Amino acid sequence: MTSFGELWETPLRSLWAEAALAALDDAGVDSVDLVTIGCMSSGLFTGQEHLASLLVDELGMAGVPAARVESACASGGLAVRAGFAEVAAGLSDTVLVTGVEKMTDVDGSDATYALGTAADSEWEGFHGVTFPGLYAMLARVHMQKYGTTREQLAQVAVKNHANGLLNPHAQYHLKISVEDVVNSTLVADPLCLFDCSPVTDGAAALVLTTVERAREIAGDKPVVVITGSGMATDSVTLANRAELTELGAVKLAGERAYAMAGKQPENIHIVEVHDCFTIAEIMATEALGFFDPGYGGSAVEKGLTSLQGKIPVNTSGGLKSKGHPVGATGVAQVVEIATQLWGEAGQRQVEGARVGMAQNMGGSGGSSVVHILEVV
Amino acid sequence: MTIGIVGYGAFIPRRRIKLEEIAKVWGADAPSYKRGLRLFEKSVPGADEDTVTMSVEATRNALMRSGGVDPADIGALYIGSESHPYAVKPSGTIVAEAIGAVPAIHVADLEFACKAGTESLFIAQALVKAGEVKYAVGIAADTSQGAPGDALEYSAAAGAAAFIVGADEDKIVAEIVDTYSWTTDTPDFWRREYMHYPRHGSRFTGEPAYFRHTMNSAKGMMDKAGLEPKDFAYAIFHQPNGKFPMRVGKKLDFTNEQLETGWLSPWLGNTYSGASPIGLTAVLDIASPGDLVLLTSFGSGAGSDSFVIRVTGRISEVQNLAPKTRSQLDENKIYLEYGAYAKLRGKIRMAE
Repeated sequence: MTSFGELWETPLRSLWAEAALAALDDAGVDSVDLVTIGCMSSGLFTGQEHLASLLVDELGMAGVPAARVESACASGGLAVRAGFAEVAAGLSDTVLVTGVEKMTDVDGSDATYALGTAADSEWEGFHGVTFPGLYAMLARVHMQKYGTTREQLAQVAVKNHANGLLNPHAQYHLKISVEDVVNSTLVADPLCLFDCSPVTDGAAALVLTTVERAREIAGDKPVVVITGSGMATDSVTLANRAELTELGAVKLAGERAYAMAGKQPENIHIVEVHDCFTIAEIMATEALGFFDPGYGGSAVEKGLTSLQGKIPVNTSGGLKSKGHPVGATGVAQVVEIATQLWGEAGQRQVEGARVGMAQNMGGSGGSSVVHILEVV
Repeated sequence: MTIGIVGYGAFIPRRRIKLEEIAKVWGADAPSYKRGLRLFEKSVPGADEDTVTMSVEATRNALMRSGGVDPADIGALYIGSESHPYAVKPSGTIVAEAIGAVPAIHVADLEFACKAGTESLFIAQALVKAGEVKYAVGIAADTSQGAPGDALEYSAAAGAAAFIVGADEDKIVAEIVDTYSWTTDTPDFWRREYMHYPRHGSRFTGEPAYFRHTMNSAKGMMDKAGLEPKDFAYAIFHQPNGKFPMRVGKKLDFTNEQLETGWLSPWLGNTYSGASPIGLTAVLDIASPGDLVLLTSFGSGAGSDSFVIRVTGRISEVQNLAPKTRSQLDENKIYLEYGAYAKLRGKIRMAE
């Protein structure tokens, strides 16, 4: 992973190369059969498409098959799944999985526009709705139906910033309080500035290979295996959904990952969820079955999702504090889980974590990718 | 040879608009803007006030404090502004004529976003130091522009400061001890020809632009002069809003007491070229003999000029000879509603 932040002087290709080289070095691998790249919108953010060839060439690896995959903010998770599928199918032995987004080359309104293309442009975007607005609507419905409170939303941000303080790669190292969140600039009622993940530059990468080769390479280090991969879609348009208090794609993707891995929510020790807004974390923990519908907010309030809690959520600081370079996020989540399972997470290490989950989500829940990782 | 400011003056228009009045029009959340930017109200130029008229007022105030400088002895006059009334035709000639300093005078208009004001002071002191002219006037003035609804609209304000620089020790009220500038090509804010309003790089205007240049300029100045923050009675930084100058001051280890006198932006707004120079006039209005002052400007594009200024014993004789900056800021205010403000700022399209 690169450090995440407003990296004004680092272009997209350098961000990507830094993360890719770090992953290859860490794995001790000098050639791969495939490179996958999760990236949402390099065209709108930097004016650059045709990323796969461009970036592979940046590493002097021209000739290697490479593919960019896109599913809005779930592009990174999709890149992991594409790499996993290649190895699982026997098409590739070793895959370099990467995600990257360079977001600060444009100003705030252009960034908002680029991100907004992940919503339904005809039925949402043209009418002026941006992502904070869409998630604010989800929050309102959740508050109305389940009594989720403004303070519970704020506690998600407080917890994730507390975790981010312990992550050297995080964009923001801030200790914040519930009062800081509720008194921050109102963005889309009820969401304030500190309910929203930031605009971030960053890249993340990992190397996937067969379990056999991984054992050879790993030596004494524990081998982390992807035992479950689930993906699902939902209506991109909020108005077309039967139920607004449930993230359908997350629920389905989670069920598919649980089924493949043969696990239940109670078997998961740590989880990274897609907290692009505070309400998204609450809804994701419900959709993944960690809490009953409507209880995600009170779970945060009770500390069940903190580092010492029953199910630590977003040990990395999450999108909120670690930063959200959209295409890189899904890969960075898996990097965090693997780091935890290797026992290398430093001050934020969750002791005894052997099974972890990463949940990545596109748009307002129009797509989701979930992975379960285990130490074997 | 000692050179320094022999007379100084400021001009702030009487009209004000409150931040709430602007926020109301755009449906913005005024309390969070106030907290985020630490801005409460800003000055607005009247129908008969522009960069030239404000420069004349400020220079006349400077002349009143100059111990009888004969305008005919002024050999150079510079106005730093990004709102010169004419695209082609100097502002400086009008001011030079109005104060009676023509025709044996070198005049130029300067532009460097918000740094143009301290450039005029820099060039004025350099020419006096070189012995080219007896007195030189450095003026900083702007009726700055911010697009309707843009974050800049909450800050873009109007005001001017003028400094007459000379080398006669009996006239100097504030010695210019040393200067230092720090400049890179950092395009954080710009306005191309024929554009009505400037554009900015949002958050890019913060760390890589304002903070990097201001910090490096101020640190470079203190290193060059062998001084530390605690040696200064006052420090003044460019103030694009209420928050940045206090944050940069704290980062450099200055105290609230050192910063507050020259910190006018919460009630004045951002007078662009005039911002830190008007802050200097507010400091000189209350400074005591021997006080050391650090002045650090910032202009997008980007660069930052620093000055170490030592106040002399003559200061107390001149402070009351012209309207003080703080009284211009705090008294006789006329509050505008957005409609009148929009009219005065030329935001209403008239019949042709």
